[in-house]
Amino acid sequence: MALIETEHITKTYRLGDIALNALNNVSITIGKGEFIAIMGPSGSGKSTFMNILGCLDKPSEGKYILEGIDVAKMGRDELAAIRNKEIGFVFQGFNLLPRTSALENVELPMLYAGVSAKERKSRASEALARVGLAGREGHHPNQLSGGQQQRVAVARALVNNAPIIMADEPTGNLDTKTSEEIMDLFVQLNEESSITIILVTHEKDIAEYSRRRILFRDGIVVGDEVSGRS
Amino acid sequence: MIDIPSIVSISFRALRVNKMRSALTMLGIIIGVGAVIAMLAVGTAASKKISEFISSIGSNILMVLPGATSSGGVRMGAGTQSTLTLNDADAVQRECPAVSEVAPVLGGVAQLVYGSLNWSTGITGTTPSMFTAREWTISSGRLFTDQEVRSAGKVCLLGQTVVDNLFGALDPVGQVIRIKNVPFTVVGVLEAKGQDPGGHDQDDVVYVPVTTAQKKLFGTSFPGMIRMMYVQARSLEDMNAAERQITDLLKQRHHIGSQQENDFSVRNLTQILQASEQSAKMMTILLGAIASVSLLVGGIGIMNIMLVSVTERTREIGIRMAIGAKTWDIRLQFIIEALILSLIGGIAGVVTGVGTAKLLSMLAGWDTVVSPLSVLLAFGFSGIVGIFFGFYPAYKASLLDPIDALRYE
Repeated sequence: MALIETEHITKTYRLGDIALNALNNVSITIGKGEFIAIMGPSGSGKSTFMNILGCLDKPSEGKYILEGIDVAKMGRDELAAIRNKEIGFVFQGFNLLPRTSALENVELPMLYAGVSAKERKSRASEALARVGLAGREGHHPNQLSGGQQQRVAVARALVNNAPIIMADEPTGNLDTKTSEEIMDLFVQLNEESSITIILVTHEKDIAEYSRRRILFRDGIVVGDEVSGRS
Repeated sequence: MIDIPSIVSISFRALRVNKMRSALTMLGIIIGVGAVIAMLAVGTAASKKISEFISSIGSNILMVLPGATSSGGVRMGAGTQSTLTLNDADAVQRECPAVSEVAPVLGGVAQLVYGSLNWSTGITGTTPSMFTAREWTISSGRLFTDQEVRSAGKVCLLGQTVVDNLFGALDPVGQVIRIKNVPFTVVGVLEAKGQDPGGHDQDDVVYVPVTTAQKKLFGTSFPGMIRMMYVQARSLEDMNAAERQITDLLKQRHHIGSQQENDFSVRNLTQILQASEQSAKMMTILLGAIASVSLLVGGIGIMNIMLVSVTERTREIGIRMAIGAKTWDIRLQFIIEALILSLIGGIAGVVTGVGTAKLLSMLAGWDTVVSPLSVLLAFGFSGIVGIFFGFYPAYKASLLDPIDALRYE
């Protein structure tokens, strides 16, 4: 069974009298354990598509079936529960809570999952160790480098054992060397724990880490190629 | 499901980030709660004082006073005419069914002497009914008896102030004091009653049998004359009936026609005092209501700050939503923040209010009574204010769109 299936997804924004199709009839199937790069120039609709896949937004039309359930019709709280349990997010700007330790940032998804305080702590330190940040539990985001902050974000995405990680330009704010380290981390998670990775990027060399590239232009899919990792 | 202790600690952290702002927001609540408690303390003390006086007077009391004399058109005021007699008092007791006790009063000021000490005070001649009607008990010794009234016995009861001035720490019961050079045996000491609302010391008194007062102390211009009588009605409902029965009886006894002016007047003391008690209570409510307005303003301050806080932390809200915070997770976080502000403000306000009340009674000399109810009321109200004014900002936060919130700079 496919992990993600979209059927004829359309997203329309209304600007006054003009209807703008950010997405037009997008149908895509993603299997479990895939490593996908969604590419395209800005305004191509790749971020809109990502937001819908991440259950942060709803399609205007069409079906989005996640693990066999149509989530397009779900309410706010049901979508929040799905984001909490099924999807881990990694953003370009890290999006960690300021003035909050790395450990507490990683604990956050479990807080909303109703995990006990004790279990939250142990699982959060485990996740931090997994991304190579053992010993930095007490550091606040402003005491960590960009690469370390992004690792905290990855740990936060992992900690609820979500089968999918969605990363929106995860290396956009990082230098080349750090970008490579983060991408290697994603590859490692994909290969060792068969976590499905969906990556939005406009950088070719970042997309090279994926095994399948979906190319957007003007709200439609113009390319879908599978290739080995370089 | 929702982990309240964790949310509380998150809220505390958020409030600590803006210490000054949190403190100023609390100040609104502190002033509000403090004002409510202090105002209620002042108001409660006033009405308590009046109710205490009412109970010191006794319940359901009517006063019957002689009428005013008029001499050549100059009217001299109530009580100047000598028209009431002991026989009138006996008649009222006997013939008015709505009346339970009648205490005639005849008094004056005289010098008391005990050993080398002397003291000037008001001497009141009356009957034991006085003490029944005014619910006045003795702290030592006994009351004088009806027998002693009939025989004009030379016995007296002292108020606590008189005892303090003439005897100090000695037991006065059984001692002999001289009033206008007449020896009187002290048979009892009355329970202390304190001051009346006019500041008059109710314990600076001496009571003697009314007959003794007439014959030995204050010789009257015609026999049996008394200055006034205290009448106690059987119940509050009987007050009006008693007033009517006394008026009818005395009119008949004094041969006053329907067209003539009465040579006495009946005053309903309880009614007058209850009216002033009522107005003191109204005053308390009014003061409390005015103070509540400041509490309300404090609440609006909380709402204002929480709205600012929601806007400032839009991105944080977006992050929380993206990783799975539900509507009520977000709402609770902000409601709890508002609640912490108002409850801490409430506690500080209780302290401030009690302190202000103490300060008022110390510096301005006002009586204040901080009732536990007013503390509970103000504190509870501050909590309600927190939830009420915290809800709208929390509601607004929970309706944010996660995508927009994440993009917010």
